[in-house]
Amino acid sequence: MDYFIELFFGGLTRGSIYALIALGYTMVYGIIGLINFAHGEIYMIGAFTSFIVATVLSIYGFPLLAIVVIAGLAAAVWSSAYGYTVEKLAYRPLRNAPRLAPLISAIGMSIFLQNYVLLAQTSDFLPFPALIPEFEFMEPVAHIVGSSDLTILVTTAFVMLGLTFLIKFTKIGKAMRATAQDKTMAVLVGINVDRVISATFVIGSALAAIGGMLIASHIGQINFYIGFIAGIKAFTAAVLGGIGSIPGAVLGSLVLGLTESFATGYVSSDYEDVFAFSLLVLILIFKPSGLLGKAETKKV
Amino acid sequence: MRSGLKKKMFVAAVALGFAMALPAAGFAGDTIKLGVAGAQSGDLASYGLPTVKAAELVVAQYNANGGINGKKVELLIEDDVCKPEVATNTATKLVTDGVDVVLGHICSGATKAALPIYKEAGVVVMSPSATNPGLTQSGDYPNFFRTIASDDAQAKTEVDFAINVIGAKKIAVIHDKGDYGKGLAEFAKKFIENSGKAEVVLFEGVTPGAVDYTAIVQKIKRKGADAVIFGGYHPEASKIVSMMKKKRMKTTFISDDGVKDDTFIKVAGKNAEGVYASGPQDNSKNPLSTKAIADHKKEYGEDPGAFYENAYSAALALLNAIDKADSTEMDAVVKALRTENVDTPVGKIHFDENGDAVGVGFAMYQVQNGQYVEVK
Repeated sequence: MDYFIELFFGGLTRGSIYALIALGYTMVYGIIGLINFAHGEIYMIGAFTSFIVATVLSIYGFPLLAIVVIAGLAAAVWSSAYGYTVEKLAYRPLRNAPRLAPLISAIGMSIFLQNYVLLAQTSDFLPFPALIPEFEFMEPVAHIVGSSDLTILVTTAFVMLGLTFLIKFTKIGKAMRATAQDKTMAVLVGINVDRVISATFVIGSALAAIGGMLIASHIGQINFYIGFIAGIKAFTAAVLGGIGSIPGAVLGSLVLGLTESFATGYVSSDYEDVFAFSLLVLILIFKPSGLLGKAETKKV
Repeated sequence: MRSGLKKKMFVAAVALGFAMALPAAGFAGDTIKLGVAGAQSGDLASYGLPTVKAAELVVAQYNANGGINGKKVELLIEDDVCKPEVATNTATKLVTDGVDVVLGHICSGATKAALPIYKEAGVVVMSPSATNPGLTQSGDYPNFFRTIASDDAQAKTEVDFAINVIGAKKIAVIHDKGDYGKGLAEFAKKFIENSGKAEVVLFEGVTPGAVDYTAIVQKIKRKGADAVIFGGYHPEASKIVSMMKKKRMKTTFISDDGVKDDTFIKVAGKNAEGVYASGPQDNSKNPLSTKAIADHKKEYGEDPGAFYENAYSAALALLNAIDKADSTEMDAVVKALRTENVDTPVGKIHFDENGDAVGVGFAMYQVQNGQYVEVK
């Protein structure tokens, strides 16, 4: 039973890691129907930014909490700027092009950003400082749930609740929903659609950056390539949960994380991905729009 | 009468001829013939030529000191171009020329092709460079020895260390699904199972680049492993090690040359402390190695090439064995090689019953205070 609980929490942590990235995918898709492949790279840039800021601050002897807050903010702002710019340069000009065009553009951005970081920074693995301290009160259960696991779980929960609140109850949220429903109609009722879309990218990128910092601190290393694999898994999770749906992204991520964890624990880690993707195929056969996705009806 | 004398003279001449021919076959003449076989021309000549130079230097040194038991050492140098079909001819030629021991061949394939011929003729062969595990481990060639570690030596070093030094009974073997990591892990698994002293409680691959390895680490813990042998590179190793520390595990972590890298220590930080990794043996502090290289520079005016130290050591080991055995008979030389220690550039060595040099190849290192330190 202990083993089951350990695997369960391991799976939850892994799922939460995916969720922090998957939320950005799903938000962008919900609004403009674009799979933003560069999202994983925004996450990676967030991790790098927080790494650089945290390293500099720790040289000046700042306390850990201050480092976490400042590095997190810096990463969020910096990544948001990237998200905003990517949207403006690579996606906006293609807004009315066939759907394939922005998709290719997104893949191009992803490759560009990876290589940009590779050249501007390094191709080596870098040691990421442990920004999440080992909490005293977690020590008795540290062998099951670590402090960084807990932090990631709690952050994901808060982020999901916050996003749901934002979309359901705020003015910008209302505008987002309107834009998602019908872009032309939204323009007609006086919504600045471009600004709404930019806001979506900014929020998604900031989340990815925070995620990048937490996850890198949990894993302890970063390099320019981390965004790609994490991005693919998070994208899978978003599809699993129903792309476009905020709770769906979280649910899909948790299902994916738990499946991988149990598959490794009870079968073999050699088949971890096999199980994860078999599950994806199965769910998509029975629920083509994902666990919580709404069936897309063609607008006539 | 005249014809009778002629007949007598003929018989005498024939008898004399036989009498002169006999000692050459029976008592190995007045020189000891050291054959050197390997690629000396063609694409792979750069692998074989340093061996010739090593043999020349060692032999010159021996002869300058009066040879072995009063006999000078003579070199018979033959080219096999690293091709199995040529190597059989090379071997036949050396055997016909009455070679006593052979230093070579260079490539595993050529060595394998030539060995049956030497075995038939009772000639001891020692390769400085053939790494195919089967050459020694198959047990087919009791006349074969080598001064280089076989392809699976790294796994053997790790397993021996885990079982004999750490005293591990339950070992988890983890790899990164890559050619290098998985190949090593499979050898390690085989050695653990053959040892009979420990069991493999887990044999699994992890996906490189995955966001976390919590599940596999928990599985290692559940299986009660007291040591982990990991085949792969440092990014995965540092993630697994860090996760094990987070789960408060004290399991010994043993890995390979892909982890014996300063980047591992840099990335894993304090979690790297106590980790073991195997890596190529360091000969740079061995005075014989320094001397062998200096001699080469003096004689040939350049740095030695591939397998030079191994070849130098093999030549020393062969001649030392003949000296100690006071014979060139295969059984006596083989016995001397197995029992007599000899100081060589690759260390003080003797050979195990398979023909592999004991103490050659890989050493174990441990991270202590942020750097790799050799474990004695």
